Amino acid sequence: MELNLERKQLVAPGEIVAEGGYFAGDNVYRENDKIFASRLGLVEVVGNRVYVVPIKGCYVPYVDDPVIGRIVDVGMSGWSVDINAPYPALLPASETFGHRQPFPKADLTKIFDVGDLVLAKVIAFDRTRDPLITVKGPELGKATSGRIVKISPTKIPRLIGRKGSMISTLKKQTGCQIMVGQNGIVLVSGKSSEDERVAVSAIYMIEREAHTRGLTDRIQEMIRKELGGREFVSGKAS
Amino acid sequence: MSSTPQRSPMARIEQRTVVDMISRGKRIDERSSTDYRDLKIEVGVIEKANGSAQVFLGKTRVMVGVKVETGDPFPDTPNEGILTVNAELVPLASPSFEPGPPDENSIELARVVDRGLRESKAIDLEQLCVDAGKKVFVVFVDVYILDHDGNLIDASAIASLAALLNTRIRNYEIKDGEVIYKPGYTPLPIKNRPITVTLAKIGNSLVVDPCLEEEQVMSARLTAAIEDSGGVCAMQKGGMEGLTIEELKAAVQIASKKANEIREKILEAAR
Amino acid sequence: MFQEKRPERLVDLNGSRLDGRKLDQLRQIKLEVGILDKADGSAYVEQGKNRILVAVYGPREAHPKHIALPDRAVVRCRYHMAPFSTEERKSPAPSRREMELSKVIREALEPAILSENYPRTTIDIFIEVLQSDGGSRCAAITGASLALADAGIPMKSLVSACAVGKIGSQIALDLSDLEDKYGEADMPVALMPSFNKITLVQMDGSLMLEEFAKALDMAVDSCKQIHEMQKTALKGKYLLIKEEVEEEGSERSGE
Repeated sequence: MELNLERKQLVAPGEIVAEGGYFAGDNVYRENDKIFASRLGLVEVVGNRVYVVPIKGCYVPYVDDPVIGRIVDVGMSGWSVDINAPYPALLPASETFGHRQPFPKADLTKIFDVGDLVLAKVIAFDRTRDPLITVKGPELGKATSGRIVKISPTKIPRLIGRKGSMISTLKKQTGCQIMVGQNGIVLVSGKSSEDERVAVSAIYMIEREAHTRGLTDRIQEMIRKELGGREFVSGKAS
Repeated sequence: MSSTPQRSPMARIEQRTVVDMISRGKRIDERSSTDYRDLKIEVGVIEKANGSAQVFLGKTRVMVGVKVETGDPFPDTPNEGILTVNAELVPLASPSFEPGPPDENSIELARVVDRGLRESKAIDLEQLCVDAGKKVFVVFVDVYILDHDGNLIDASAIASLAALLNTRIRNYEIKDGEVIYKPGYTPLPIKNRPITVTLAKIGNSLVVDPCLEEEQVMSARLTAAIEDSGGVCAMQKGGMEGLTIEELKAAVQIASKKANEIREKILEAAR
Repeated sequence: MFQEKRPERLVDLNGSRLDGRKLDQLRQIKLEVGILDKADGSAYVEQGKNRILVAVYGPREAHPKHIALPDRAVVRCRYHMAPFSTEERKSPAPSRREMELSKVIREALEPAILSENYPRTTIDIFIEVLQSDGGSRCAAITGASLALADAGIPMKSLVSACAVGKIGSQIALDLSDLEDKYGEADMPVALMPSFNKITLVQMDGSLMLEEFAKALDMAVDSCKQIHEMQKTALKGKYLLIKEEVEEEGSERSGE
């Protein structure tokens, strides 16, 4: 049983990551006795499970993922939503609050119309059908203000940070409300457009440097330089 | 047949951000209403072409190759060479471009760039006559969009002019009615350097050099081609809404002022 | 119109070719990854005078819906040449050659793409040849692998490609346009290096069986050399960023 590469080493598709008794996790695959990387990314080992944290990749929906999407079509019993995935999501009318079936189409556009942005959650997805989402839930529903930032979905875990450490730093230092979709879409809402601009810059910086060390410190320093070291205590739970 | 285009792929609140910021005098990338994005021009990038240029206007990237070949003159202009402009919106440049023959957008793009060059008589076509009535030089300007982040017209026109300034034709002589090439090159005879300036109407404001997000929210667009003298030689209005008379006059004024700045950059790069 | 003269010899008595290369020498190769803004993945290849840009979009929703496959992604590939890419201007309309190349290039890349991961989607590969000088389909495959990896499309392996041929009765590597035109054989090869699997081979000309074996070995070796360059190019951007920022950080904290 042999690990060919060190943890956190950058690996390209087709490179051998390990041999022997390891289990193949995400973004690697097994052929005969060897485990190969299938995506460009950083090698990780947890116990005897080997996987790769990819640099880039499209969003694959998972049940319970918070996502931010845009309504692209209004149908007979629900809406078609672009959630930045290779599959359009379906938001059934039954997954909104306070309405009973059947719904005349005119009613549906009163709730959400084409072009609206919604904060939602994935409730079902498998290989045979398109993802299903819901807006029933606290903090879910139509977004009415703020700036949208789109980053690679593979960088979202870094944006959130271990136990939410990075995202709370961002919120505290910029005073902005930040809603993070697992699908790579982030909604930033601040008291001034200057605060929002700095939060947006920070998010892009995290995307660019996600694979490096010392990022949290550099982010904090950047925000301090731009906004002058204020700290906000948020009244809402993040 | 031309049809109403699909809706903008931007969420309403994204569109509102762009419009609100402009109404407060700021653009989403911090430019003023009359600023162009960073402009980088490289010439001579394709050695097999007679002339070529690559332009980066912000994140928009356009390449133009010029090929000069011999051909028959048009019957009504037996002593003049021929200019022809073609544009390809290749699918690699944007998720919204599909493979296939040129659509109305790529044809409009080619024709607007062509109009600026033709109406200003940028190329001295009479000097491209090889054998009157029988053989002339045909100048093919091929515009290739490589990355679409808005304002393809200006980026293409800048690249086209830079490529033409970079174009050299092989020296030749005529033997028994055939064109025989000799060593050495002559630059393409350029008499005028038209610059197109495109403005977008967003809310009640006019902004120069719209980026992709601005194009997706604009109500109308005005392109003016300005020749060396500062006068207009071509114009094209685009978009689903109208412009007021004052807006049109203001747009052309702004275009005339900005043209020189852009012209300087092209001349610098083509040196 | 343009009178090209047939060169007297393609290889001189010292084994030097028209551009000064040895028989087993590759042209200069430059690879860049992630150079387009809108594409999901992209790469730029220079090999000799070839200038090739590749973009990948996907996996994305299949349009029109009926082309989608229920159990895997549909891979689409378009090889296209710019009108100014060749000595004589080429019409922008797709030619029969471009259509054939689109197919063989797709078939060279398909075995490496883990398309079962994304049923009912398309993965689109767009190749634009900005300047062509022999061996463009191989350079395109090399670039397309990089663009696919840059887009984060899961792959079993990268695919590396190179052509071999026969000029002046000798086996030579990586023929230029002139060498292909006036030479005796040309054989482009694409390889999945981790598995020694050949995913593209075409040939035109005339080769004895021993010559063919020698040519194939030469091609496979070169593909492996090119593979190393691909890995460097892919990782390069990120290693550079890592160096830049981690060094900055450590300087500031006085390490």
